[in-house]
Formats: sequence, structure tokens, C-alpha cells
Amino acid sequence: MSGRGGDAVHPFARIGAPLLVGALALALWQIVVSEYDVPSYIVPSPVAVMHALVEDRILLFNSLGVTLGIALTALAVSIVLGVLVALLFVRSRWIELSLFPYAVLLQVTPIIAIAPLIIIWVKNTWLALVLCAVVVAIFPIISNTTLGLRSVDPALLNLFRICRASRSQILFRLRIPGSLPYFFGGLRIASGLSLIGAVVAEFVAGTGGQGAGLAYQILLAGIQLNIPRLFAALLLITLSGVALFALTVWVSRLSLARWHESEISPSD
Amino acid sequence: MQAVGVAKTYATGTRALARVDITVHDGDFLTLLGPSGCGKTTLLNLIAGLIEPDAGTLRWWGRELAATGAPGQRLAMVFQTPALMPWARIASNVRLPLDLAGVDPATARQSVASVMRLVGLSEVGTHFPRELSGGMQMRASIARALVNSPDLLLMDEPFGALDEFTRQRLDDELVALWAAHKLSIVFVTHSIAEAVFLSTRVAVMGARPGRLIAEIAIDEPHPRGEAFRGEPRFAAYCQRLSKLVAEAHA
Repeated sequence: MSGRGGDAVHPFARIGAPLLVGALALALWQIVVSEYDVPSYIVPSPVAVMHALVEDRILLFNSLGVTLGIALTALAVSIVLGVLVALLFVRSRWIELSLFPYAVLLQVTPIIAIAPLIIIWVKNTWLALVLCAVVVAIFPIISNTTLGLRSVDPALLNLFRICRASRSQILFRLRIPGSLPYFFGGLRIASGLSLIGAVVAEFVAGTGGQGAGLAYQILLAGIQLNIPRLFAALLLITLSGVALFALTVWVSRLSLARWHESEISPSD
Repeated sequence: MQAVGVAKTYATGTRALARVDITVHDGDFLTLLGPSGCGKTTLLNLIAGLIEPDAGTLRWWGRELAATGAPGQRLAMVFQTPALMPWARIASNVRLPLDLAGVDPATARQSVASVMRLVGLSEVGTHFPRELSGGMQMRASIARALVNSPDLLLMDEPFGALDEFTRQRLDDELVALWAAHKLSIVFVTHSIAEAVFLSTRVAVMGARPGRLIAEIAIDEPHPRGEAFRGEPRFAAYCQRLSKLVAEAHA
């Protein structure tokens, strides 16, 4: 038998299936490392990683706070700046034609190559790191929001014109609500990129001390051959990325669930 | 509304409309009938003031575009798609023209309730468009067009995407609305039967470039019920128009 009915998945399975795969992979990892007596400075066992996570929790969670602070600030700046730039692009084709190539230039230049320059030019290290993360995260916001603001139903636009709507009425009542699905698509990508940008910038800056982020802990653990701590830091970065992504998905669902196809569940 | 010698060529070089003269009188139900690409929508957009003609003049209620800027609130339009804002509830969609015109909320609420009753949507004001069928969405679109009591209603193949049963039902309702509220309507369709059933006059258009071929008066009393569709006179009108459309297309 074929058809959609055959593909129906129990909601519990959506969470349970990947968790089961993860648990099996961890068990296999633990067995292989124990069985073959792999030294922890090459591949630590999951138990050793968890041990390091508990042992070094204060150090690691402080660093996580620093990295997340940079990533979230960069994400907030990217949202505000990105939306403003998109509004500017939609207001004038000339502005878009003049500036969009530079936005693309910013996107295609590897952050690892320009981060040292930004760190040299900006005296405040924290600000420099935020700037690096913004450079990485802003493009999806600009490009998706611009696309959304432009993708207006032509019939609806004609209706507004027949009603002699002002530019601001068209913007606030038509373009902005209509662009939300595109904006949230950009936000999902930008949330992960802001974290990647923050970590890459921290690697380049290599700043230690009180304000050291997770990237610095990874560098330091690598030098000290403290591989369990390195894995623990890596795990925290990964989980933060997943949490950030889940947050954006939740916000998107909250805003679009009643009306946009992308967020409407099949049962609705 | 009066169009005298209006012509339109798009920037791409497509000559959409040769010189066309057409007048819509008060209480007219004028249908523009013709095959795809004969300039029906272009003519409707010109009447709506959405595009400007290359030649000729358009006058609404005795005034030209230069004097009025646009036909404004005395004119409303229903499009090929319902064109509802998917993020807004049906009642908010219907009251949009009033909100844009700055009508006070209490008056707007009354007007919306009255027009929703008129089209049989009173129960679904709090629904989102996606929760309604295609026919109900089109009714909401008509309600929105009627909410500020326009003098002239333009309809661009509004029922073209609906199934035949829904289409006939909405045709019946539209003609009843037109008769009850003494509206003036310019209706675009490529369905000959729909044109005969609805109109007081049918303007047949030909393609390449779009032009007016003939104007036929449908001298039949209103209301025209289901029985009219089965009458020999209905068939005769259809045959006559069909012949004209075929000639225009040849």
C-alpha cells in the first residue's frame, strides 16, 4: 500500500528514533574505546568526556557564557542591521544595485582571512569578536528579508494601490507581514552562523583570561592534550548551536503557525 | 466611466491594446469577453487606474486621471485570485479598504458586519483565509470590494479557478447583489455562458492587438435564475457570441 497514510509517524518516534540512534552510537563508541584500550589523548570515551564536563564545569560554563554572549549579541545586531539594510534595498533599486555586491563580497570572503584585520583595527577585543560574528551572520538576514519584502502578491499590491495606500501603509500592512516567512528562514541560518562566527573569531583572537570563550578552551585543551575537555567544550558548542536553532524554530512557529504553509502541521 | 481611444503598448514592445472606445453607464453589467491575450485585463487595469494609457483618455464620473490622481474609493476591484492577506483573519481582510482610508473603527466594524452578512460569511470572520474553501475566499474578496460601497466594481475573471458548480452559484449570487444594490460592474471572463447569464452588455474583444470587435446587448429581464440557462434564447445568445469570438480569433 502506498500513499501519505503509510508515512504517518508517531510524534514520540520523532524524538525517540534519533535519541535511540544517538544512544547506540555512544554505546558503540564506549565499547570500542574500552575494548581496544584507546588512550584518552587520542579518542576519549563518552564517560571520560562527561567526567571532564562535570569536573571542569565552572571553567567550561563560564566560557560558554562568553561565547554565547558574543553569538547572541552578533545575532541581535545582524537582525537589526540586516532588516534595516533590506528595507533600504526595497525602498530603492539604486541603493540595492549599489550596495548588494558589497554584501555578497562580505559573505564570500572567509571570516578566517579578515578576522585578524578586524581584531587589529578594533581595539576592544569583545567588540572585535562580535563584529566578526556579525560579518558571518548578517548576509542571510539581508538577502532573505529583501527577497521577502519584494515577494508581494501582485494582486494584493494592486489592491493597496487602488485603495491609494501610502508607502508606509504598503510597508507595514503588506510587505513586512508578507516577508516574515523569508525573514525566519534567514534567521535560522543566521543563528548557527553567529555561533560559528563567534567561535572562529575567538580562535583567531586567541584571547585567554577571564573573558576566554569556548574556542580558547578548545585551543588550550588541544595544546595540553586534555582531549576529554576538548570534547566537552565541543559538545557544549554543538548543544548551544542546536538550542539556538530550536529557539528560532520556536519563534518562527509562534509567528507563522496559523497562516503559513511552512509552519502548518499536517493535522491542521 | 468612459474610455476614448485608449491604447497600451508595454515596455517589452507587446501591443496589448489598440484604440478602444468604451463607456460604462450607471447600473451596467458590462462583460469583456474574449480569448486569452486579447487585452481584457489590460483594459480593466486601465479602467482601475493601475496603468496609464499611451493614447486616449479615461474619464471617471466626468473627470480625468490628471484631475483625480486615481479613481479612488468609488471604485473597487476583485482579482483572478482572492488576493487575501493570509496572515489576517477574514474580517480584517474585509475591512482593509476602510482601514487604509482611515474610517473610524466603530463605523468600519458595522460596515464589515453588514457586508459579511450580505455574502454569507458572518460565521467565519475570525477564520484565516486558508481555513476557507476557494469559493468562500472569493466571497470574502467580493465582500472586501463592496465594503466601502463603490460606484463601480471591476472583476477580473474572479471565478475562473473555481469548479463549475461553485462558479454557477457565485454567478447567481453576484447577479442578485448587482440587482439589489444597483452596482455598476465591469466583468472579465472567457466563458461565453457566464457572460450571457450575468450581463446587460457583452463587449467581444479580439487579439493581436487587443481591440473591441462587437458589443451585444443581452436584453433579458433580471433576476435570471437557473431556468434561464436552459432557455433557447440563452443558447441563441451563446451561439451568436461564440461565432463572434471565433471570428475575432481567426
